[in-house]
Amino acid sequence: MSIGMSVEHIGADIHGDRGGPAQPLLSVRGLVKHFDLKKGFLETLTGGGKVVRAVDGVDFEVLKGETLGVVGESGCGKSTTARLLMHLIDPSAGEIVFDGETVGSAALPLREYRRQVQMVFQDSYSSLNPRLTIQDSIAFGPQVHGVPRREAITRARDLLARVGLEPRRFAERWPHELSGGQRQRVNIARALASEPRLVILDEAVSALDKSVEAQVLNLLMDLKDEFGLTYLFISHDLHVVRYISDRVMVMYLGKVAETGPAEALFDDPLHPYTRALLSSMPSMDPDRRTEEAPLAGDPPNPIDPPPGCRFHTRCPFAEPVCAERVPALEERAGRQAACLIHEADAGHSRNPTAIYAA
Amino acid sequence: MNDTSPLIDVRDLRVVFTGGKKPVEAVNGVDLTVARGESVALIGESGSGKSVTLRSLLRLHPERRTRISGGIRIAGHDVLALGSRPLADYRGKVASMIFQEPLLALDPVYTVGAQIVESIRRHEAVSREEARKRALELFERVRIPSPARRLDAYPHEMSGGMRQRAMIALALACRPQVLLADEPTTALDATVQIQILLLLRELQRELGLAILFVTHDMGAAVEVADRFAVMYGGRIVEEGPTREVIRNPRHPYTLALMQARADGAMTKGARLASIPGSPPDLANLPAGCAFAERCAYAREACLATRPEAVDLGTGHRARCLRTDATAHALQHTEAQPA
Repeated sequence: MSIGMSVEHIGADIHGDRGGPAQPLLSVRGLVKHFDLKKGFLETLTGGGKVVRAVDGVDFEVLKGETLGVVGESGCGKSTTARLLMHLIDPSAGEIVFDGETVGSAALPLREYRRQVQMVFQDSYSSLNPRLTIQDSIAFGPQVHGVPRREAITRARDLLARVGLEPRRFAERWPHELSGGQRQRVNIARALASEPRLVILDEAVSALDKSVEAQVLNLLMDLKDEFGLTYLFISHDLHVVRYISDRVMVMYLGKVAETGPAEALFDDPLHPYTRALLSSMPSMDPDRRTEEAPLAGDPPNPIDPPPGCRFHTRCPFAEPVCAERVPALEERAGRQAACLIHEADAGHSRNPTAIYAA
Repeated sequence: MNDTSPLIDVRDLRVVFTGGKKPVEAVNGVDLTVARGESVALIGESGSGKSVTLRSLLRLHPERRTRISGGIRIAGHDVLALGSRPLADYRGKVASMIFQEPLLALDPVYTVGAQIVESIRRHEAVSREEARKRALELFERVRIPSPARRLDAYPHEMSGGMRQRAMIALALACRPQVLLADEPTTALDATVQIQILLLLRELQRELGLAILFVTHDMGAAVEVADRFAVMYGGRIVEEGPTREVIRNPRHPYTLALMQARADGAMTKGARLASIPGSPPDLANLPAGCAFAERCAYAREACLATRPEAVDLGTGHRARCLRTDATAHALQHTEAQPA
C-alpha cells in the first residue's frame, strides 16, 4: 500500500491551522478591481477616463472545510474575484485575510499564501504546459517550493493514482494525449501537489460532458474529505452549484447580491435577482415548460453600471428609491441579501417595516 | 410533395472524414424525420456525431475530405445531389442554420442590417429599400429593442443575447421552412438563454418551422423540443416524444445520462451516478454496440452485433438488445432511498 502511506503525509494535519475551526479560512473585505479602459489624449491629461467596474466592493468569508459556490452571469465579477484571490492580478482596493493573517504581510508572504491556495481553470488544455509530461507538470510546483525532485515525482505519481489515473500508464504522457476529463484530473492533481488548504475551482467542470462531469464531481467530493480541503466553486451551472455547495454567493455586476446556505437560498431566494436566475433554469418537466422569461434583456455593461441598486433596471419590484440608494448587504438569520426590500427603513413599499406600519 | 411528408427526411446517413491518418466514422447510419412545425432535439456529448449530422444537412463539410452516403431530402430537395449553384440557392432559402457563437458567424466588417439585406437580395429580386424594410420587420419579430437603430450596429456593438437574436433574424431572412440550430444557447447566460429558447418555440409555432436543434443540454432541449433523438457513437440510440424519453428512457446510455445529472432533486452528499470510461474512438469503432463497453446492462451479444432499433410504441425507439432490462429503471432508482 505505498499509495495509501504516501497519501497520508500529504494529508491535512500537516497544514498549520492557526485560528481554529471557528475562524474563517478566508475573509475578503471591500475588494475592488477596476480595469482602466484605453484612454484618449484628453483623458490622459485630465486623469479621467472610463473604468470597467469588474469587482466593486465585495465582502465575503469562506469558512474552514466548506464549499462556497459562486454563481452569476458573465460580467458579474466572479472570475475576476477568483483571480484577485489568487493574486494573479492586484486589487484596486480591499483586503484579503487568510486564516487571520493579511495576505502579503510579513506573517503571510505572497509566496507562502500561493502554496496554500491553488486554482483549477476551465480550459484543461491551456492550463498545462504542453512540453512537460504530466508527472513533471504536477511535480513542478512543489519543486519551486523547495521539495527535492525525486520526492516531488513520487508525490506526483501518488496524486495521479489518487485522481484515478494509473501512474504507470499516464505519468509519462503528454497533455495532448489525454481526453478533456483526464486532463482535468491532472489539473486537480497539480493543484493538490503543493498541499493547499483552499482550492479555487473556476468553472472547472463546465467544459466536460455530463457523464464525465459526474465522475470529476465525485472525485472532488472524495478529495475534499480526504485532504480536508476548502473549496471556492465558481460555476454558471446552478444545478451543479446546488449539488456541491454548502453555501452559495450570488453576484451581479461586481457586487454580492445574496449569500446563504445552499438549500435555503435555492428554496427561498431573498434577492429578486436570485429568484429570476433560479427560475431561468430550464425545467426538466415537459409538462411544465417555462412560459415567460423571468428577465428581459442582457445584464448591463459593467463599464457604466446603473446607479443605486445595480439590478433596478431589470428588477420587477424596482421603485424610484432603488435608483438612488445603494442597498447594503444586510445579515439576517445566517443569510445576507443586498436589497432595499429587506433593508429596514429603506423606503421600499415591499419592505416589511413599511408593511407593518401601514 | 404533399403536406404530410416530413420536411426533413434523412435515411441511413453515413459521414466519414478521410482527411486524417485513419478515416473517422463520425456518423454511422442515422435515420431521422422532422415534420412541418415540429421541433426535434438531437442530443449527445462531444464526438457523438450530432453536429456532423446537422452540418451535413447544409453540406457544410469540406467536400474533398468527407465521404457522405445515404439520403437527405429536405422540403423535396435531394440535398446530396444538388450542384453548387442550386446548393447556394437552397442554403438560406429552404434551410438555414444558427450557430453557437454569433460573433464568429456574423461578418465583423458589415452592419447586421447590411448582412440581412444582402442575404435577402441574393435570393429574391427586391429593391434595397424593400429588403431593409423586411430586415426591420425581422428585428421586430425577434424582439430586438429599438430595431431601426440596431440595424446599423456592427456585431461587436451588440450584447451576446442581442447578437444571437440578430443571427436568428438573419437565418429567417429568406423565409426558410427549416431552421437548423447548433447549440444556439450554450454560450449564453442563464437569464438570456431562456429568452432565446422561448423565442425559438414561438417562431416554430407561428411560422410553422421545422426545427432541428442540436444540444448537449437536456434542460434546454426539454424547453423547445417535441421529440428527442439521443446520439452516441455516430448513431441515434434512442428517439421518441420528449415526454416519453425523459420519463421512461429505455436505452442504457440515455438512462445513465439522466442519472448523471446533478439535479435539484439530488440529495446533498449523495454520489452522482457516473458513466465509467469515455466515449468511443470514432476512428476505431467496436464491432458491436458502441456503448457496450460502458454499459451496466451489456451481455456477450452486445459486443458482437450493432443492435437494430426496437419499437417501444408511440414513436419511441431504442437501439438496444436489452430494452427489457431498462424498462422502468429510472423510476426504480428514484424510489430507492439515497
